[in-house]
Amino acid sequence: MRDMIRSPLTWITLVALAVAAVLPWYVSAYILGILTVAYYFGVFAMGWDLLFGFAGEVNFGPTFLIGVGAYASGILNNLYGLSPILCIAIGALAAVVAGLVLAVPALRVRGPYFGLTTLVAVLILQSFVVVFADLTGGEIGLTIPDVLSIDAGVNYWIALVFMTVSGLIMFGLAQSPVGLILQASGQDPVQAGALGFNIIKHKLAAFVVSAFFSGLSGALLVFYMGTASVGTVVDIAVGVQVIVAAVLGGRRTVIGAALGAIFLIVAGEFLRPTGEIATFIVSAVALLVILFFPNGFLGSILARGARS
Amino acid sequence: MTPAPATADRAAPLLQVRGLTKRFGGLTAVKNLSLDLYGGEIFGLIGPNGSGKSTAMKSIMGIERPTAGDVIFQGENLAGLPAHRIARRGFGMVFQHSRPLNRQTVLENIMVALLPDSLTKVLPDRSLAANARRIAERVGLGPVIGRRPPTLPFADLRRLELAKAIARDPKVVLVDEPFAGLTLAEVATFSNLIRGFRDEGRAVLLVDHNVKSVAALVDRVLAMYLGEEIVTGRADEVMRNETVRHVYLGGAIETSARPEVDFKGKMPILDVQNVSVHYGKAQALDNVSIHVHQGEFVSVVGLNGAGKTTLFNTISGLLPYSGEILRGGQPLRGHSAAHIARHGIVQCPETRELFGEMTVRENLDLGGQHLESGEKAKQLAWLFALFPILKERQGQMAQTLSGGEQQMLAIGRALMMRPDLLILDEPTLGLAPVILEQLSKALEKLRQTTPITVLLGEQNVTFALPHADRVYVLEHARIVWEGDPARFAAEAGADYL
Repeated sequence: MRDMIRSPLTWITLVALAVAAVLPWYVSAYILGILTVAYYFGVFAMGWDLLFGFAGEVNFGPTFLIGVGAYASGILNNLYGLSPILCIAIGALAAVVAGLVLAVPALRVRGPYFGLTTLVAVLILQSFVVVFADLTGGEIGLTIPDVLSIDAGVNYWIALVFMTVSGLIMFGLAQSPVGLILQASGQDPVQAGALGFNIIKHKLAAFVVSAFFSGLSGALLVFYMGTASVGTVVDIAVGVQVIVAAVLGGRRTVIGAALGAIFLIVAGEFLRPTGEIATFIVSAVALLVILFFPNGFLGSILARGARS
Repeated sequence: MTPAPATADRAAPLLQVRGLTKRFGGLTAVKNLSLDLYGGEIFGLIGPNGSGKSTAMKSIMGIERPTAGDVIFQGENLAGLPAHRIARRGFGMVFQHSRPLNRQTVLENIMVALLPDSLTKVLPDRSLAANARRIAERVGLGPVIGRRPPTLPFADLRRLELAKAIARDPKVVLVDEPFAGLTLAEVATFSNLIRGFRDEGRAVLLVDHNVKSVAALVDRVLAMYLGEEIVTGRADEVMRNETVRHVYLGGAIETSARPEVDFKGKMPILDVQNVSVHYGKAQALDNVSIHVHQGEFVSVVGLNGAGKTTLFNTISGLLPYSGEILRGGQPLRGHSAAHIARHGIVQCPETRELFGEMTVRENLDLGGQHLESGEKAKQLAWLFALFPILKERQGQMAQTLSGGEQQMLAIGRALMMRPDLLILDEPTLGLAPVILEQLSKALEKLRQTTPITVLLGEQNVTFALPHADRVYVLEHARIVWEGDPARFAAEAGADYL
């Protein structure tokens, strides 16, 4: 705890959050909209880092969890008109259940097969959305009648508070005894087993937490946008963006993942006037960082701290 | 030193292993192994590389699932349980290599080992830190408790492994190669620590390559070879045992150095000058110099862990080093491993590295990839004359061959590259005596009928000496003896084991 108060990182985070909190009084609704989406993406990326950075499992299908949360909540609202809060809660639970169904068998296979399983899960979800168009809106997208708020500022704050709370919980978990065991399991599973830890159990728990936050964030995102479509919450490309964001920000940092996501979304948006070049520039920057700073923004800083 | 049987009279064994067998596919790594382990004793499980000792230890710990047999601990059969359940029963294992949590301090790393296997443990416990501190002091990590692992010297990283293994106060401590990579002074310190575990009443099971390094420490030793027990007894008894000597040294030593050729003034084909290599913080080679002349057969003998493989991998361009390696007078530094191999220094590695899912013929063809088809056919015909068995097995997948055939294929593949210098790293690894003889004959034929230059690394002296023109002894990362094989028995043989 004392370390945290002394760490400049804590203060930088607090200042950044304070600045973010007062933004609605200074910037346009357009910028708030971009940041709102970026914050939800931040939660996707943090959830992914919990699995990759700590449990050591590469989940190539973060959008499976996000998509299940998004579509489950959206469909409930669209078909039955349940209240948004209820829909979002059920969406998060649905993501947890779907995650468990996927992870229980997948965590028993070794090496790259876990990643492949998650990738296939995304493709299955995508086909499901397209085939059951009556239910899901298919390729046109699902309209969501209710919204959380019509005010851009309120929507922005909801996203900011959600990201902050999610980040706090996931960061806290990662630093807690349970997080340490998870980290040990990810780094050296044989030794973690010999120390008396049931690795599958701990990794499964990490998957559940990751699924919960991904699903919750996915549900919140579609209620903000008023629509759910394959292109925004399921497509492999979206998943790749989440992964790139997390790696960019720094493996095993949780907070770094959120930074990476905000950077990707905001940079992509600001470069939009350059047309097709935008994606190219953002991707090139991401590639360079991954190649030359594999620890990411925050990871590089922390690694330097660890050595000194 | 208290001989364990004294304890044995009073108490029942803490751990009984009965008929432990572990098969990997067609390979039986551990065959019907039985042993008793008493509280307050240090028991050594000894055998050369590939003898199955590590697999036996892993099978006891539950890291490998035994194919058959019982592991009875306090009346309960633990065989088949996963490692974490066995650990919770009171087992701790000291790993040779591990990856500590680099962003956590030494103290936090030890605290991890003390945590319960629970998902609800979100808040740290105050008593945990005090406990971890006590364990750190115990293994001598007190002064570095607040540091992070990447900043620690190698010996302290090993201490951290000891600390983690005993953190939960296990009744049985398994130690994998306790002294690998440590200096002599550190060996003494670690011996005392391990004796301390014994004096607290724990049962300690050590795994090591050879009796010599652990003789002063262990109460009893079980020597194994090819997955089976050879003999169990006190260290000095085991060292005197004929079969054990045979396994390590081979049988009676024969030599047949060719008449000495005068190499004076000639440039060696390979000249290794003052080469040192580190693995992280462990020193694997210490100022090693050797040279090989065109047409010579040079053997480097040394026990497992002495640094033979490191030396060969360094020559092959696989490891960074200090010092100089010259090939025909030209420095090799800066050339890739592929370049070095293509230009005539070909290594046949200890691990064989065959392409298991390709046929024998495909493996050989890959070795001869750079030859023109006429040349390739000629080379292949010559090779089949040397190893007739490979001709019969051409269409068979490499992984289905027996150990001896696999070794011949590995050598064959290396020969297909038409090496100027062939490096053979421990070709006898895990092979039965009858296979050794076949291999030995093939090497003799190779030596008699071709002008090939060979650098052979071996633990088995009887295998290494008959072919050699010159011998180096590598011990603890250093060259300690050089000479012709006839003098080996008199001058270096006694100290070898």
